[in-house]
Amino acid sequence: MACGNACDDEFPAAAKVLVAGGFGVGKTTFIGAVSEITPLSTEELITAASVGTDSLAGVAGKSTTTVAFDFGRITVDARHVLYLFGTPGQERFWFLWNELSNGALGAVVLVDTRRLTGSFEAVDFFERRGIPFLVAINEFDGAFRYEPEEVRAALRLGPDVPVVPCDARAARSATSVLVALVRHLLARAVSSRPV
Amino acid sequence: MAVSGQEPWLDGNAGRLVRPYQVSGGRTRPAHPLNLLSLVKATGREAAPRHGPEHARILELCRRAPVPVAELAAHLRLPVAVTKVLVADLIDHGAVQTRHPGAATDPSDPIVLEALLDGLRQRL
Ligand SMILES: Nc1nc2c(ncn2[C@@H]2O[C@H](COP(=O)(O)OP(=O)(O)OP(=O)(O)O)[C@@H](O)[C@H]2O)c(=O)[nH]1
Ligand SMILES: [Mg+2]
Repeated sequence: MACGNACDDEFPAAAKVLVAGGFGVGKTTFIGAVSEITPLSTEELITAASVGTDSLAGVAGKSTTTVAFDFGRITVDARHVLYLFGTPGQERFWFLWNELSNGALGAVVLVDTRRLTGSFEAVDFFERRGIPFLVAINEFDGAFRYEPEEVRAALRLGPDVPVVPCDARAARSATSVLVALVRHLLARAVSSRPV
Repeated sequence: MAVSGQEPWLDGNAGRLVRPYQVSGGRTRPAHPLNLLSLVKATGREAAPRHGPEHARILELCRRAPVPVAELAAHLRLPVAVTKVLVADLIDHGAVQTRHPGAATDPSDPIVLEALLDGLRQRL
């Protein structure tokens, strides 16, 4: 299929950011607040994603099952589209995180201060894979307000990981989290490049 | 929280049960490499008579602008693996073109990052 410069203009650059965190921290809410489309729920087959089967022929007649993840979109400009993927909260579905994180620019790890440690696995996942991330404290009504430094200590975050407060329900607040993430990525990119 | 390993896989949290797919003839591995963000765009060529209604729906969805595989899957309410198989059928038929995300996935490309930063700031 010939695809010259003409179709370069038709295909924008697609960037991916993950929105992760423990059960019920506000991942779907966050994606809904920033996405220009209603967050979609995309499904993956557990058999295909987890064991990489070529075919379901061997399990014909049996049922297989799916795991859903959130999906949102921000058309940043004519040439760039940012896609947001929410990770499934439950640990046993984390095999899907590998596929989701493949090629991701970075991640937003949401934390709920009522259950700080609920997002510990997400932090660990991105640290292990060297995927840059920031921590956004979702300030639920009536929840205790922690200082960012307290959250940093509780989650044992390195000094370079940004920790920012947010209201996942508010478009402006959630968008500013993405701005902080991209700033963080830029700072890393500039510092890792030879002058 | 540790996973006990004793939990049944097929409970309420595991999503709906799906029958092996008639729409893809039971295939889950596409004939072309595709990922969640592979962008799909209709070329204008119609689906073949052997293709099903899901193939036609894909062409409809990506007629105007490129749509990533993950978004097609959500609209079709089909798992990503099955959607990839259908898209691969359409590639073989010349009914769609695809593009893998390129430079924008390099997290250290300051030009892309600057563009994202500018665009996001304008939304504040
Ligand atoms: N007060 C308040 N409520 C919130 C906020 N963010 C989310 N919620 C509520 O908290 C609940 C859980 O939010 P979700 O966005 O569904 O959380 P999630 O991380 O997607 O949950 P799972 O996918 O089940 O892990 C919902 O009822 C939201 O309306 C917030 O910033 N403030
Ligand atoms: Mg959710």
